[in-house]
Amino acid sequence: MKEISLNILDVVGNSIKAKAKRIDIILAESVQRDVLELTIKDDGCGMAPEFLARVTDPFTTTRTTRRVGLGLPLLKMAAEGCNGTFSIESTVNVGTCVFATFQLSHLDRMPLGNMPETIVTLIGADDKIRYVYTHTTDTDTFVMDTKEIQDTLGEEIPLSAPEILAWIKDFVKENLENIKGGNL
Amino acid sequence: MKSLAELQAIKAKMADKVQLREYDENSAIRVVVGMATCGIAAGARPVLSKFVEEVQAKNLSNVMVTQTGCIGICRYEPVVEVMEGTKKTTYIKMTPEKASRVVLEHLVNNKVVEEYTIGAAEKAGE
Repeated sequence: MKEISLNILDVVGNSIKAKAKRIDIILAESVQRDVLELTIKDDGCGMAPEFLARVTDPFTTTRTTRRVGLGLPLLKMAAEGCNGTFSIESTVNVGTCVFATFQLSHLDRMPLGNMPETIVTLIGADDKIRYVYTHTTDTDTFVMDTKEIQDTLGEEIPLSAPEILAWIKDFVKENLENIKGGNL
Repeated sequence: MKSLAELQAIKAKMADKVQLREYDENSAIRVVVGMATCGIAAGARPVLSKFVEEVQAKNLSNVMVTQTGCIGICRYEPVVEVMEGTKKTTYIKMTPEKASRVVLEHLVNNKVVEEYTIGAAEKAGE
């Protein structure tokens, strides 16, 4: 993957397939601590311990079109390849939490890339899911909660309407710029 | 900077349009973009964005852009399928630029862009 935001898009896809109703994406960037921390937390169906134990093995997958699954292994590789860490916790019927860190200044760290596009792609994939995206820097925080947006719009207008997606993309972009975040 | 308050204005503007968007099944076109790991790694996200953007810009109310998982031909990703009734066209190795052309020639003018299809690639022995 060329951007960490693509890893995020891919791994959140697992949460969608796990029938999550709420997905939290938390990015904490700290220049002071030289770290980017990523948390993806869902309330989906979770995984049994046996499956969880081999979930970062590329030859583990739920897909039926082929025998390899590379989403989590690629994220793990991206994190560990730049002096970071990767961990995953999961409980059946409760949910799953993926946690990864990246050393900001490491030469091999991929750029974060286009988070606004990742967010609207996820909303487009399933706009019934409540996505809460929290982005923090050393000094500021931006939170986007799709429930707030949906409540403001009312029920008759779907979040996946093209006009709304376009607005959300700009909304996320401008707010990230405002907290001087996401540009790494 | 954008704030949630702006949504009220968009909502008002959309209220009349929502009725118009109820498209009729017979003329409906579905554009399906493969968004599994293989697709994403090969560059499907900007391709999907381009389709959404162009379809909105050209106001193609009969076109729906959706996402799917792995289509099973990962070496050809990003893969985009255009479904019209029972007819299916499979475009491979897509880019945002190719997407613009597919929107204009296929979705607007109803002419398949043969050179981007899987059929053309297989004929060429790729």
